[in-house]
Amino acid sequence: MKLYRDLTIRQKHIVWAWAFLALPVVFYTVIRFYPTGNAILISFQDWNLLGSRTWTGLDNYIKLWNDPVFWQVFRNTFVYLLLGTPVSLVLSFIIAYHLDKLRFMHGFLRMLYFLPFMTSAVAMAWVWRWFYQPVPIGLFNNFLASIGIPQIEFLNSTTNALPSILAPAVWAGLGFQIIIFMAGLRAIPKSYYEAARIDGVSTWTVLWEITLPLLKPTIVFIVVFSSIGFLRIFDHVFNMTTNNPGGPLNSTKPLVLMIYQSAFDSFDMGYAAAQTVVLFLVLLVVSLIQLRLLRDR
Amino acid sequence: MGFKHLKAMALATATSTAALLASAANAVEIEYWQYFFDARVQAMEQLIENFQAANPDITVKMTHFPYADYRTKVAAAIPAGEGPDVVQLFYGWLNDYVEAELIQPLPADAFPASMVDEEFFPMVQAMKEGDQYWALPTAVRSLALFYNERLLEEAGVEPPTTLDETVEAARAMTKVDGAGNVTQVGITAGMTAQDHHWWREVLVRQFGGEPYTDDYRTVAYNSDAGVEALKFYVGMAEGDEPITAFGFMDEPQAAFKAGRAGMHIDGSFRIGSLNNTRGLNWGVSELPATSDGTRSNYSSYWVNAITTKAEGEKYDAAVKFMQYVTSDEAMQIWLDVVGELPAKPSVGMTEANANNEVFGPFIRGLAYANTTKFANESGQRQLMVEMVERITLQDMDPAESLAIAAEAEQKLLNEYYAD
Repeated sequence: MKLYRDLTIRQKHIVWAWAFLALPVVFYTVIRFYPTGNAILISFQDWNLLGSRTWTGLDNYIKLWNDPVFWQVFRNTFVYLLLGTPVSLVLSFIIAYHLDKLRFMHGFLRMLYFLPFMTSAVAMAWVWRWFYQPVPIGLFNNFLASIGIPQIEFLNSTTNALPSILAPAVWAGLGFQIIIFMAGLRAIPKSYYEAARIDGVSTWTVLWEITLPLLKPTIVFIVVFSSIGFLRIFDHVFNMTTNNPGGPLNSTKPLVLMIYQSAFDSFDMGYAAAQTVVLFLVLLVVSLIQLRLLRDR
Repeated sequence: MGFKHLKAMALATATSTAALLASAANAVEIEYWQYFFDARVQAMEQLIENFQAANPDITVKMTHFPYADYRTKVAAAIPAGEGPDVVQLFYGWLNDYVEAELIQPLPADAFPASMVDEEFFPMVQAMKEGDQYWALPTAVRSLALFYNERLLEEAGVEPPTTLDETVEAARAMTKVDGAGNVTQVGITAGMTAQDHHWWREVLVRQFGGEPYTDDYRTVAYNSDAGVEALKFYVGMAEGDEPITAFGFMDEPQAAFKAGRAGMHIDGSFRIGSLNNTRGLNWGVSELPATSDGTRSNYSSYWVNAITTKAEGEKYDAAVKFMQYVTSDEAMQIWLDVVGELPAKPSVGMTEANANNEVFGPFIRGLAYANTTKFANESGQRQLMVEMVERITLQDMDPAESLAIAAEAEQKLLNEYYAD
């Protein structure tokens, strides 16, 4: 106590600041940094969860580099990102742009768009999985069959399965992005539009020269947010392909699912940790690029 | 300290001080772990009750976890000296448990290998190393052919006994709509369900091959017999008159439950859920044989083992408990409560059990069943799934697809057995 009494007021402030910071600091160290460091350590080891850990150097990374499934999975992950992000961005902007101008049943429509975002991803994935089944139980295929169009193999196909799984994932995230876009649109001062109308410019020019440039922070936020989401896609894929996770023939498997399988089906913790490190680096790079874009503003 | 202990101690005091000391020293509690499955927990509660009645100086405490956490919890607890004295594990995990020194072999005086070899169904020998057993099951599972009685009757066919008859019966029960879409399958198909066992241990053998050699360390199904078996299996869904469709109604058992499939190959563990399906009139028969009578089956099981944590008097108590849970009485209780098959012919092959119209076909199948020693069951199943997908989705030649699967599986086995 005497020690504390001898401190200057400034030093006491610092002591108190650290006392209050102690909880989050301990939390981050124990819950975030320690496991992260441990994962990086395990990625250089061989461990099946039961036995002892043995040091294997870069073996896991070499195995990863030579694993054709990993490259397929890597490609799938980026297909989810490169297809999912622009599609959901454009769709949500179009919907928000028009919804913003609409007065009739505005709240109800907005609720309808937001509803999927609040629904459990697992339940939604299973319902869509049944929609996609072949006859006699699949809703879409039953409809096609009833009007005489041949069935489409939605999930049981190496080419159609990924877009089929991506569609409900995009739909589920749409509501959130629409709300953010609408908030962004509302934040643009009315006076700009009034000035434009007095000058008599076309709707397109207003969109290109006023709305979109002023929406840039919103767009950047949504791009960052949804890219991270699509890079980490798991629940939709896993639940729509539980019998054959990431199938058929790995055509829908994202990186997170491969990590899960290496760790908890094959109990190859070292290999799973190496994949986690790769995912971490990918997320880091993508986030850094997007952060740079933010700063350019 | 339960009432029984108090009673035992009171009794001992009445006789002599020495007896009191002995009894107090014998009052021991052991811990038993298994994963949570309602019927299994109920059966084990009954077994524990009977065991404690017979051994008043031993208490058994059962702990159970959701299946998803089970393996991780066991792995964390035993090295820390915390976990169970007797533990339940899947037979396929045995190697990992032995290597991690989580379990110890059963004592040769209480479980002599010669006795176990003689008394148990032969597939249990997968648990033997040298002349000692690491673990023993209470119950085992095998495959059989379920059939929908209403659909059989409608098509005017009898439950089949051979592969040819199975194909014929399936053809009679398959329905196709105007556009050629299958709307009812004669027999379900899907490597994701139990078919990978059927193909591996049954069809490959029935077509004259061996799935593996060298104690399941070398893949041997990449042979003419293997190609024929694969062509037969995939052929069921191909041609002008398919008798099945892969992925029909999402899952094979769902199609069978919904009454949209004439026949379905599945394990004895499916009996319970089929019994709860209203309006489904089903029967079961042994897996179809070849025309020359070749039969095979696949069986799997959960075993109980003594962990390395059990020492001294706890070890002795654990041995007694193991003896009880592998006794005839325990197996009959397990069959009645859980519906899983007894691991000994002396219980399984009784008149009543072997001729039971539901359990009978499974129990008879045990006599000629094989047990695959998996290194990584889901990984090895995945290779079978992909083997079929390459043929059905990418039009690959079956022989080529089989060769790819065999190579991949051999690589997986080599990695597993490397150290």
